[in-house]
Amino acid sequence: MADSAVVSSSVAAVASRIEPVRHSAFVRITHWTTTLCFFALLVTGIEILISHPRFYWGEAGNVNTQALFKLPIPASRSTVPTGYGYVLPDQNGWSRALHFQSAWVAVLTGLLYVISSLVNGHLRVDLAPDRAHLSWSAFSTAIANHVRLRPLNGSDAWSYNLLQRLTYLGVIFILFPLIIWTGLAMSPAVMSAFPGMVSVLGGQQSARTIHFFVSGFLLLFVVVHISMICIAGFKSRMRAMITGRPDTNKEDA
Amino acid sequence: MSKVSRRKLFTTGFGMAAGASGLVVVGKVAQNYGLIPPDHGGLYGAGETLTYAAQRLLTNHSMAREFPRSEISKKPFANGEPYKDAAFLRLQENRFVDWRLSVDGMVARPASFSLDQLKSYPAHSHITHLACEEGWSYIAEWTGARLTYVLDLVGVLPHARYVVYFSMEKGWWDSLDMADALHPQTFLAYGLNGGELPVGNGGPLRMRVPRQLGYKSVKQITRLTVTDNLKAFGKGLGSAAPEDGYAWYAGI
Repeated sequence: MADSAVVSSSVAAVASRIEPVRHSAFVRITHWTTTLCFFALLVTGIEILISHPRFYWGEAGNVNTQALFKLPIPASRSTVPTGYGYVLPDQNGWSRALHFQSAWVAVLTGLLYVISSLVNGHLRVDLAPDRAHLSWSAFSTAIANHVRLRPLNGSDAWSYNLLQRLTYLGVIFILFPLIIWTGLAMSPAVMSAFPGMVSVLGGQQSARTIHFFVSGFLLLFVVVHISMICIAGFKSRMRAMITGRPDTNKEDA
Repeated sequence: MSKVSRRKLFTTGFGMAAGASGLVVVGKVAQNYGLIPPDHGGLYGAGETLTYAAQRLLTNHSMAREFPRSEISKKPFANGEPYKDAAFLRLQENRFVDWRLSVDGMVARPASFSLDQLKSYPAHSHITHLACEEGWSYIAEWTGARLTYVLDLVGVLPHARYVVYFSMEKGWWDSLDMADALHPQTFLAYGLNGGELPVGNGGPLRMRVPRQLGYKSVKQITRLTVTDNLKAFGKGLGSAAPEDGYAWYAGI
């Protein structure tokens, strides 16, 4: 016990030079697990999609029905008329398996993240916008700063700004639930148990179409997210999400 | 310092041992309750098992959605080329009067049924969705005998766990657990939208499992085998689908 007291005092001496932990270990682990799942889901989702790159609205749809829209790409099945003279290699089998396995990991990670963020205050402190910031002037300032690609400095740089908070909340509480819901609404077995989940959406093919658009929004989020990291300082942000500390001392030196 | 790390080591070790034995117990219980699919091994086995176990717990007695007549698709899409094997064409020429469905395995009275026999049993219909894993789907009215009716006729033995079914087309076979085999919407289907079941859609006889994707509804079936173990069939993964990289359980 005496040893640990010595250790903690020396840690305190070092801590004055080191930044406080920016991301808790829990946030870092769930962040990278979700990242891994997202890319697995994206790649396999595209593979599944190219076996039938046509979209419909309502309950049913196939090549004998009018499509809502078609993607101008070749298909991996010869039964789909795409106008291209060739058929892409079929990767649907393992893609489906990996898609669902990644979905399980992502959903369980997400549940763990949301529950613990509610309990430990991460949601309230770091993500929920301050009352003071919820005004039009604060909102327009935040947008103006973003449009000018002006990196923040000082203490503001390391606290989530208003747009960032709203975006993260939107991804966590709108896009994620929607993508899970529309994914499940394509399952004939799940729909036999919860038919209301699919009829509310207008049908199984509507669910598939919405699933496609929501994944588009998620991809858009990831692209913007990575762009913002590059603008704010790729190295320090990555270090913060990997080690927990941005370690700005080194960068300043 | 060393005290703390020893305690940590002990708790971590104990935690891991408890976790590992917990997993073994969960696995045993899941096996007993029929929550482990035959294709639970391999890289994606964990996902397949979670999906099957979760859906089995949620959907044992649920009914596939049925639709009003107005929702029936104008042209039920016949996927792929119609089956054109010479022996099949001869049967087709003779209007399938010689078509037989044999039932064997763990049954009290193995038997063979003609189409007329199957049609003489109580006929049921449902207007349901047939969804392909590729993404397309159609809604049609399916007519047939309930699989559970035919299984009652032959007398399934109490230890039976799966019904394996084979297409006349070589290499096409699949299997259902008892929850799906005994489900009232699982048909030996011989009718589509009020007429005969066209060959392109699986005629003269097709398994119809509306709570799973289209590939479980194997076309042109000629044989059923009731069993308690899927190891003896093909590569032991439960159906032809996993041998091609697709899931045995196709509820999603």
